[in-house]
Amino acid sequence: MKTFATAGAPHLRAAASVRRVMADVLLALLPGIAVHVWAFGPGLLLQLGLAAGFALAFEAALLRLRGGPVRAGLEDLSALVTAVLFALCIPPLCPWWVSALGLLAALGLAKHAYGGLGANLFNPAMVGYAVVLVAFPRELSQWTGAGLTPPDLATAAAAVFAGQLPPHWDTLASATPLDALRQAAAAQRTLAEIRSQPVFGHAGAAGWELIALAYALGGLYLLWRRVIGWQVPAGVILSVLLLTGAAWLFDAERNPPPLQHLLSGGLMLAAWFVAADPVTGCTSPRGRLLFGAGVAVLTLALRRWGLHADGVAFAVLLMNAAAPLIDEFTRPRIYGHGRHD
Amino acid sequence: MTLLRIPGGLVLPPPPAAAAGPLLPCPLPACLYLPLVQADGRPLQRLAAPGQTVRRGTPLALGQDAAATALPAPASGRIVDLLPLDLPGGGQAPALLLQPEGRDEAAAFAPLPDWQAQSPAALRRRLAEAGLTGLGGAGFPAALKLNHQVRTLILNGAECEPYIGCDEALLRARAAEVVAGAALLARIVDAAEVVIALEDRMHEAAAAVAAALAQWPGLRLQPVPTVYPQGGERQLIQVVCGREVPSGRWPPAMGVLVHNVATAQAAWRAVVHGEALTTRIVSVGGRGVAVPGNYEVRLGTLVEDLIAAAGGYTAQAARLVLGGPLMGQALPHDRIALDARANSVLVLGEDDIRPHAPQQPCIRCGDCARACPVQLQPQELLRLLDGGDLDGAAALGLRDCIECGCCAYVCPSQIPLVDSYRRGKSELARRGAERARADLARARYEARQRRLQREQAEKVARVAARREAVQQEQATAASAAAVVAPGADSIAPGAPAVSSAAVAADNTNPANTASAVPAPSTAMDKSAVLAAIARGRAKRAAAAAAPESTAPPHAAAADGAPAPATGNPATASAAPDDAEARPPAPAQKPAEPSP
Repeated sequence: MKTFATAGAPHLRAAASVRRVMADVLLALLPGIAVHVWAFGPGLLLQLGLAAGFALAFEAALLRLRGGPVRAGLEDLSALVTAVLFALCIPPLCPWWVSALGLLAALGLAKHAYGGLGANLFNPAMVGYAVVLVAFPRELSQWTGAGLTPPDLATAAAAVFAGQLPPHWDTLASATPLDALRQAAAAQRTLAEIRSQPVFGHAGAAGWELIALAYALGGLYLLWRRVIGWQVPAGVILSVLLLTGAAWLFDAERNPPPLQHLLSGGLMLAAWFVAADPVTGCTSPRGRLLFGAGVAVLTLALRRWGLHADGVAFAVLLMNAAAPLIDEFTRPRIYGHGRHD
Repeated sequence: MTLLRIPGGLVLPPPPAAAAGPLLPCPLPACLYLPLVQADGRPLQRLAAPGQTVRRGTPLALGQDAAATALPAPASGRIVDLLPLDLPGGGQAPALLLQPEGRDEAAAFAPLPDWQAQSPAALRRRLAEAGLTGLGGAGFPAALKLNHQVRTLILNGAECEPYIGCDEALLRARAAEVVAGAALLARIVDAAEVVIALEDRMHEAAAAVAAALAQWPGLRLQPVPTVYPQGGERQLIQVVCGREVPSGRWPPAMGVLVHNVATAQAAWRAVVHGEALTTRIVSVGGRGVAVPGNYEVRLGTLVEDLIAAAGGYTAQAARLVLGGPLMGQALPHDRIALDARANSVLVLGEDDIRPHAPQQPCIRCGDCARACPVQLQPQELLRLLDGGDLDGAAALGLRDCIECGCCAYVCPSQIPLVDSYRRGKSELARRGAERARADLARARYEARQRRLQREQAEKVARVAARREAVQQEQATAASAAAVVAPGADSIAPGAPAVSSAAVAADNTNPANTASAVPAPSTAMDKSAVLAAIARGRAKRAAAAAAPESTAPPHAAAADGAPAPATGNPATASAAPDDAEARPPAPAQKPAEPSP
């Protein structure tokens, strides 16, 4: 008689792990990071390093504080994903403490206060970004114009660590395309008058449009790897195209074309990475479609009437709050229920 | 014809080559073990005793199902022992130990080659005699399942799980018997439509079936997508019929019957050749076994003997599984008998079962929901069950979970989801049984209450009648009795004390006191209980000591034990008002502390 150790079924498992999911997300962000660096300079790399360092330190401290397994918590790479998403949202020349405070809010407030990985209601990176956006509007607007010679690493380091903005900052600094659009709209100018500004590039946002396309590329990779479903990106993109397309057809003088909306600001990052975050989004397929549509509608509303040029972060957070309710009403019909014959 | 896929499910790598190999023989072992327990866990009624010589097919026990399905002896030989044997799911059952003697003589079952002329009832009877249980894995008595008229009969040739190849091997080798068996079963249930469903990857088996179908017009071959768990009964119906089996019902209720292909073949052998169910095909697989393949195994063979026939364990053997890799039962050891349900034995290697990562919290990725063929939301069920909200989980369909394991297979956080659902379901079942028990107890209690009230009312009526008679007697008697009346109160306490003392000393005689007056029933119950406790002491003590320790005279009096007591009719005339007002009260009392 040979004896064996027993265990519950199933006895086989797919080679899936949280770490692998997070690693795929990080991989998918690489094209976006590369184009970002090309357009706005190596400052982003500093920010990525800073954010990663802060995130891992905070994560370790918070895990220890909560009495959880520190090593396993760091190895799942979820803190790193939060760090990268956060760094991609802030201007590359932001002072270092913005990153520290943002990630403290992201990991401490949004993630671990709610019970850690999987238990958070709001997307940590977006909470962190929203906190610093509200608290430090000046630092968060220090964008350089795309297409100009971006500041080199030394200049960026001086700005990030010593708070010394590069000389002739006035000539370097540039409103983001969305900011420019808001100012123009406030000044009652028509689109045709302002479209000639270099900040608008080809499709409506110089530099940003390429970054957005790179994000979409990474998103397609995630889709192919089945890390995300098609519903959230489809919900965001189709809703934006539909709504802005209708508005644009109605009055092309005042409403920017759909592609400009789609490819500017953080919309693509949100569509493929942030809103598609499973923890804080919906789980049912219909729920995810609705979630994406909600993010799109709120973003457009915030862009049109909100205080900030781009409301993507707030739109995602609002939809995070709505996600449990949406899930409640969009559960698929269970086999053998309802449709009896 | 292309079919819609089931929602969710898993597309798994094709089974290893060995699963598609030829049928291999498993030699008759020296001993066969036959646990006397049927698939639902109820004991079988034993017919044979140790020492008895049996033939192949002799019924050794009868099932407790309506058809009384037999447990036939799998080989001819001698019953040498009745001993406890471990069961796959844990626990033990008495098992007959049969020593085959080699000649393998079959018991006489008249072959019925004219089955088309036989009545469905006769055919069902034959199947029950032959011990035919479903060979798909659930082990449901086939004759019972055939007890319904249905429109559609589906033969399930889609393997239940990856690694299992027993159905495909059978179809390749014996398609003609399977198809003929399908026609036979269709006659029993009067099915107008017969569908033989195979996975679309089984080309060779499909060709064999197609060739056999030439003789049987009206039967149809239907390839179904190779998606786990397509072989599940409800999933097969969903795809083949385009309909869903309503939650909590079973398929015959909607005119559809599903039988495994091997069951059809065994039914054919039982009817046309007069053979009892004594063998089945078992897939042996995994890296832990030397020669994987599909073995034709005598029922009652130990896993140990089957593995020996398959070349023994390899150095990698790490987990022994009865059934498939996704739903199978891990066995603690290999001295477990194979019965008609055993479609597969897997010996998984260390590499197969090693977790890919430590267990992590749920990240709500929804992969499980995407994989669930029943379209549950496994992540929500897990959250509710972890939070102890069993009712919430039940409302989200916990009972509809078929435990296929797709969710746990895909979970990136390596959460043992199915374990959690099994626990939740058994807890739900336990609660349901408890509620049923409580309802029954309440019904019993209420019935008892009604009975006691009725009896009490009858008693009161009797006493009243008697008292009236006494009163009439008294009325004619001397008026001197009235002089004694003022003393009634002082005499009264003594009366019940005497009666309870009598009870304490000998509580077998309630009749004489109860028939006389209503009240002593209270004193009697109390003292009966207390007297039981103090019986030893009461034996030694005088009968007079008992009432002091049990029912104090004062309490007995306060209880309303009325003065018109036993053997003192003289006092009766003084107390009638009192006595008439009281009786209902003590009647309520004994019922309250009812166990």
